[in-house]
Amino acid sequence: MTQLGFYNTNLPPHLRILKDEIEGYARDYGLDFFETIFEVVDADDLNEIAAYGGFPTRYPHWSFGMQYEELSKSYSYGLSKIYEMVINNDPCYAYLMRCNHTVDQKLVMAHVYGHCDFFKNNAYFGHTTRKMMDEIANHGNRLRRYVERFGEDEVEGFLDKCMSIDDLIDIHSVAIKRRDDPHAAPPKTDDGEEDEKPVRFKTKDYLTDFMNPPDQLRAVEDEKRKAKAQQTPPHFPERPEKDVLLFLIEHAPLKNWQKDVLSIVRDEAYYFYPQAQTKIINEGWASFWHSTIMTQKVLQPSEVIDYADHHSGTMATSSKRLNPYKVGIELLRDVERRWNMGQFGAEWENCDDLDKKRSWNTNVGLGRQKIFEVRKIHNDITFIDTFLTPEFCVENKLFAFNYQDQTKNYVIESREFEKVKQRLLFSLTNFGKPWIYVLNGNHANRGELLLRHGYNGVELKVPEARDVLTNIQFIWGRPVHLETVIDDKPILLSFDGSDHTHQTIGGDHDTRGKSGTKTK
Amino acid sequence: MGQKIEQDLQRFRKIVRGKIKSNLSKYISRGEMIGKKGNDLVSIPMPSINTPQFRYGSKGSGGVGVGEGQPGQPLTKPQDGEGDPQAGDQPGGHILEVDLTMEELADILGEELALPRIEPKGKKNVVTEKDKYSSIRNVGPESLRHFKRTYKKALKRQISTGTYSPTNPLVVPIREDKQYRSWKEVPKPDAVACVVYMMDVSGSMTDEQKEIVRIEAFWIDTWIKKHYQGVDTVYIVHDAVAHEVDEHTFYHTRESGGTKISAAYEMANKIIDARFPPTEWNVYAFHFSDGDNWGDDNAKCQEILKTQLLPKLNLFGYGQVESPYGSGEFFEHVNELTDDHENVVVTKVPDREAILASIKEFLKTGR
Ligand SMILES: [Zn+2]
Repeated sequence: MTQLGFYNTNLPPHLRILKDEIEGYARDYGLDFFETIFEVVDADDLNEIAAYGGFPTRYPHWSFGMQYEELSKSYSYGLSKIYEMVINNDPCYAYLMRCNHTVDQKLVMAHVYGHCDFFKNNAYFGHTTRKMMDEIANHGNRLRRYVERFGEDEVEGFLDKCMSIDDLIDIHSVAIKRRDDPHAAPPKTDDGEEDEKPVRFKTKDYLTDFMNPPDQLRAVEDEKRKAKAQQTPPHFPERPEKDVLLFLIEHAPLKNWQKDVLSIVRDEAYYFYPQAQTKIINEGWASFWHSTIMTQKVLQPSEVIDYADHHSGTMATSSKRLNPYKVGIELLRDVERRWNMGQFGAEWENCDDLDKKRSWNTNVGLGRQKIFEVRKIHNDITFIDTFLTPEFCVENKLFAFNYQDQTKNYVIESREFEKVKQRLLFSLTNFGKPWIYVLNGNHANRGELLLRHGYNGVELKVPEARDVLTNIQFIWGRPVHLETVIDDKPILLSFDGSDHTHQTIGGDHDTRGKSGTKTK
Repeated sequence: MGQKIEQDLQRFRKIVRGKIKSNLSKYISRGEMIGKKGNDLVSIPMPSINTPQFRYGSKGSGGVGVGEGQPGQPLTKPQDGEGDPQAGDQPGGHILEVDLTMEELADILGEELALPRIEPKGKKNVVTEKDKYSSIRNVGPESLRHFKRTYKKALKRQISTGTYSPTNPLVVPIREDKQYRSWKEVPKPDAVACVVYMMDVSGSMTDEQKEIVRIEAFWIDTWIKKHYQGVDTVYIVHDAVAHEVDEHTFYHTRESGGTKISAAYEMANKIIDARFPPTEWNVYAFHFSDGDNWGDDNAKCQEILKTQLLPKLNLFGYGQVESPYGSGEFFEHVNELTDDHENVVVTKVPDREAILASIKEFLKTGR
């Protein structure tokens, strides 16, 4: 991609007419979105943008090159193509592939307005910055400056370590309150942090880092922190801290540029997290609207075949994987139907007469209103938890599967509603990743870092966990430990900078090295 | 391709090839991307680096699937349990499979390629079997306009005008590329073929060179399979000795030590005699190497080719990848044979950009 004209949609006239038409329908249906700008790009550009997570540029890192290679190879061998890409920003940016058939462009536009409405209105996106286009570009500039100053290998090596822990954030903290996030735009806080910050020049958010070089700001902040650290209690944090990244940013002995890099990785993780958290409901919502707008308003009779082709391609449940589009749209339709027919509330719940339930229809017509509410307040977990019904599971042939330790394979576990629901919720919880907390930043009074894996029945991949510990140890500078469970026994994994050890927790052996096993 | 992604891509490739010291080396997997097209699997080598993170192991894990089956029934493949339950967490993006068959893929390579000297061979009489191909015209009702075909036509046009590269695909259809659906039937000869792939895996061959061989062999394979009902494939790797291996091993072994090309040719010759007598089979052989060979082995190679292999082969293709270490002189020894043997083709494949040209050279129309 040479240059995208970001503030200048280069839509050809026939697409501009379509855009206006479809945008009008979307508004008529009550969708509410930021201004949406469509860029028409070639496949290669789209692959590049997709590799960058939807943005025209990112900070330099090989992982984007890897993504790009996978997308472009897959495309060139005819295996797949990206069909829609839209980013949460004000204005929203969306991309149309130049060589797509008109019916595809219509479908993508209708779908995109669904996403844009969701980004703007869903509670879980409430905290995300709407100027990410600028922020991401700014992150790129900062990283490039560090590369110039400290060398590519040095910066990349550190980034690799940060990316190894970029999922260790607290997804709930942003919904509750953003703590004294060193990187948040300055909202007034009442915990005394305010007077610790050096005065900033008043600027637009996205210019802040140019006008107030973070290095300098941070150097000042650091001085003050160091003074404060003298009084650090022997045990901190006070409560287990799930935002491991924030803890490291605040307490690890990092150089200023390293601290900034870690903050950038953390900021981007918080920006992208809601998209993973709402994959089912967001895609379901967008698919619901593309399907509604296309079939009720836009489609020419001659386009029905191509549309059906494409729509079913998106919705196909190939293999036995759960397709978020399909589950999302079906569940939303189910909610709309039930609320139209009055199939909700205490009377409905308490009715045991199956025949009566089957023909239940009070014609209250609250369906549309209900799904708009759903898109406002739910994420995937609460959506599934609230609206998944036994009937839905049977109709869509959902089953739970689990791993068999003896045979080393996965088998169908059950088709029972509760089991299916429980497995589904588990797979959606915390990105389907283990919960890790900081327990103590001054473990054994030696400044060592103690982490805990919140064990919930599924064990970690241990060799990989060791390598993550290695990375955290590099950042922390002192030995690090992780409490976890291996083969049903509580175990402490440790790395002191040169050796990995593990020892059983509890009993008489709770001393370093005694029952420990060393591995290099 | 943009400059910045180009830099990220180069960096990634350097790490994968071990040219940059990285702690991630043990997380490099040389996986393949597999797509199922009809009954054929398309697989494309796909190195990747999986940054270590805290992840769940298998023990105690599970998930939710969709479809038929009774409790207790094993799933064909491990599913969400192995990491990655949130597949495709690109923001608002998703991937749509383009539904191309292997034959359609082969079509993309275009009408400029043809197999040399296809002869009806086989124990059965030559049967002309009618196969249904979806046929396409460039005029038609809008309702029958076909995106995939239009895309492919554009691809074809770009291949023939030299504006397409398999490693840097960028396809922009123009008005003439528009395609519309219709149907026709075409005959397909019943002929059997065997393809022998030989590759030098001695210490001097780098991963990038093997990747080039892989891509090239993939397309040759695709092309040949398009023309025959049944194609058998033989894979031989060699350094100073030769081994017959399966396809996976062919692309993933790494040997060290010296090179004796004649070992591979001898083995190919034996296999053809034993299993694929040329009276009944169309036999193709392709050999890829960086052109380094033990000096006193060259004459022996020429001898085996002239007296044994070439008389049995429809085609012998020698593709030489760039040698970072040696002279690459073997190329000349094979090239000498092209004067007297029209079924010998030699090409040089210095980098990925040269792959398509090399395939065209091997499978050129009218040879
Ligand atoms: Zn979508």
